[in-house]
Amino acid sequence: MLHLTLFLFFGAICVAGAVNLLVQRHPINSALSLVAVMASLAAEYLLLGAEFVAAVQVIVYAGAIMVLFVFTIMLLNAGEEERSKGSRVAILLGIPGVAIGGVLVAWTLLRHSNTAAVPMFALPGDPRAIARLLFHDFLLPFEVTSILILIAIMGAVVLASKPEAVARGPKRED
Amino acid sequence: MVPLSYYLLLSGILFGCGVLGFLIKRNIITIFMSIELMLNGVNLSFVAFAAHWHALSGQIFVFFVMVVAAAEAAVGLAIIIAVYRTRETLNVDQVNLLKL
Repeated sequence: MLHLTLFLFFGAICVAGAVNLLVQRHPINSALSLVAVMASLAAEYLLLGAEFVAAVQVIVYAGAIMVLFVFTIMLLNAGEEERSKGSRVAILLGIPGVAIGGVLVAWTLLRHSNTAAVPMFALPGDPRAIARLLFHDFLLPFEVTSILILIAIMGAVVLASKPEAVARGPKRED
Repeated sequence: MVPLSYYLLLSGILFGCGVLGFLIKRNIITIFMSIELMLNGVNLSFVAFAAHWHALSGQIFVFFVMVVAAAEAAVGLAIIIAVYRTRETLNVDQVNLLKL
């Protein structure tokens, strides 16, 4: 009962944040509602027993990535987005299409999927077990992702620096 | 005790909101945030299935998704800065030419 109550509470915050992201016109408001979504998702992970994932979710997603977003929004001084005219056909066909698709997905999930209940703290998500898995079975993917991060850092530096600076190359001292 | 399908439904709602935002938003930064929302929805279903099957590998996949999301955010925001520097706009309707 407690599990269901907490799930519904944080799930409601998640959905409200996601809808607010769509409704808001200023990107900074969207970014802050995305932070709310990520923080309540961390609570959902905690309910499932995935403590380490919850901590990483808060630190990496709600912390690092969203700071990067907010920083970019402020750097570019992004204002409210203009309302653009959508075509009437898209609205007439799109809204019933979305409704039908959503109802179908919900119906399929609720009626035909495995309805076994997930108990609270079901996962043995302590860092020791995860570390053993990560550094034994998934060692190669782990190393590959470190290379991926390195390439991403270099790509970000090259892309975000001024074009002339890249063409000129690093400054010489002499 | 919460049925697994509730978690999957929440994950589906988040993913759907992400898709919808990707399609209807006009600000390039908000579109990028919608992609992050989709990744988060997928992460939730990974963790829910991991809890359902008592398999820790699902959580490892969540880490890899987070790493890819971090790399994607760094590169994507750099691209957004480059686009803004050349076009002076963040509206995707006005960024419709490959060539300047």
